[in-house]
Amino acid sequence: MPGESLTPEAVPDQSDAGRPVGRRVVIGLLGLGTLGIVTGTRAQDAVTSLLAPVQLHDPTGLSGLLPVGNTFRYYSVTGGAPTRDAATYRLSISGLVDHPSTLTLADLQAMPQTELVRDFQCVTGWRVPQVHWSGVRLSTILDRAGVQASGRALRLTSFDGTYTDSLTLDQARLPDVLVATKMLGSDVTHNHGGPVRLYVAPMYGYKSVKWLSGIEVTDTVIPGYWEHRGYDVDGFVGRSNGRSGDERT
Amino acid sequence: MSAPETSVPSETGVTIDRFSRSSRWVHWLTAIPMIVCILTAAVLYNGQISVIAGHRYLVEQIHVYSGFALPVPLLVGILSRAYRDDARRLNRFTSRDWAWLRSRTRRDGTIEVGKFNAGQKLNAALSAGSIGVLLISGVVMYFTDLAPLSWRSGATFVHDWFALGVGLLVVGHIVMAVKDPYAMAGMRSGRVPLRWARREHGGWAREVAGETGETS
Repeated sequence: MPGESLTPEAVPDQSDAGRPVGRRVVIGLLGLGTLGIVTGTRAQDAVTSLLAPVQLHDPTGLSGLLPVGNTFRYYSVTGGAPTRDAATYRLSISGLVDHPSTLTLADLQAMPQTELVRDFQCVTGWRVPQVHWSGVRLSTILDRAGVQASGRALRLTSFDGTYTDSLTLDQARLPDVLVATKMLGSDVTHNHGGPVRLYVAPMYGYKSVKWLSGIEVTDTVIPGYWEHRGYDVDGFVGRSNGRSGDERT
Repeated sequence: MSAPETSVPSETGVTIDRFSRSSRWVHWLTAIPMIVCILTAAVLYNGQISVIAGHRYLVEQIHVYSGFALPVPLLVGILSRAYRDDARRLNRFTSRDWAWLRSRTRRDGTIEVGKFNAGQKLNAALSAGSIGVLLISGVVMYFTDLAPLSWRSGATFVHDWFALGVGLLVVGHIVMAVKDPYAMAGMRSGRVPLRWARREHGGWAREVAGETGETS
């Protein structure tokens, strides 16, 4: 257009058809998003390590709002679990056992303690690396209760009143399955499922029942809350929910 | 204002069509699931709100289905010619758009703007692309059988950052709309004052005026 650079306002709108930049932006974003998905954890870790020093020295705390990923996300399936403390917490051991009992927090703390440093992996993808856990091996509690010969599985309940899950006895006796009283170096907080929660290290997070209130030995596996909604009962990380050979991350 | 405009008779109270019925329906039918997605995302994402609201399964279901609904009006709209015309205008960046983006005095009207200014075009493209990315990454996260765990981690990562971006775009969009009641009326009723159009979208105003027989 002659004179376009001098008096651009005189150029009618439709004379300069322009370029399809909008479409390019859309395609570019889709490419970027796809790349981020297939790059998977590597992209996440790169951004996390990039932002970590910033977050460490951020006086405003605003960077904490950024979705950097490797942090816990709080999942609760109910309108909120009641608060329990050392005085009010009770864990009932029932079902096919020789010695049904009710344990207090102090009872659990008096038992042999096991410490683990393991990842917490959610089935949807987020992961908190190298979390410090400590508590009583579930096998210890089962041995003390005396599982009867007909016992095959556990039904685990939460004092949120809704959440349930299950483990086979073999799974429950794995050495890295804890009734945890400490995580991240201190008592398990309410939001993390405290004062006592389960930690099933080899499985996805939905198996690690928060606000643990009951362990019942049953003769069959009774699928839990999320398993009624599509997740696998045997929630091993990398070997369930449609996958067979994923590397443990 | 350049000479041709002064020859137009008094235009106080004169309004012109800005958005067709179809474009407005697409806008508002996209706005509803978008807002629902953002509110439910806040519950799913923010630990404090999450603990207060709870009901994770229900909130998640609302979020997921709103997400699936989000692109539907944008795609169904393609049936409408007026909507396609708006989309075409949003797609194309002219040399004046780049000048407008670079200019510090872009709002003074010196650089004549068509039906959409370059900021609106950018917002449309970024929003459309982000909705696509959020849909794809959301599907990978939600249907856990589809992809390896590493991809789900990647999808979580991508979903988080694009959600943050879209949240900022939507907030910015609403702030700009609230600051300009005429623009908002355009999306509500479809019509805007010709005087407003001349000030904010001069090129388009002359185009419309030309079609209605007024010489420019």
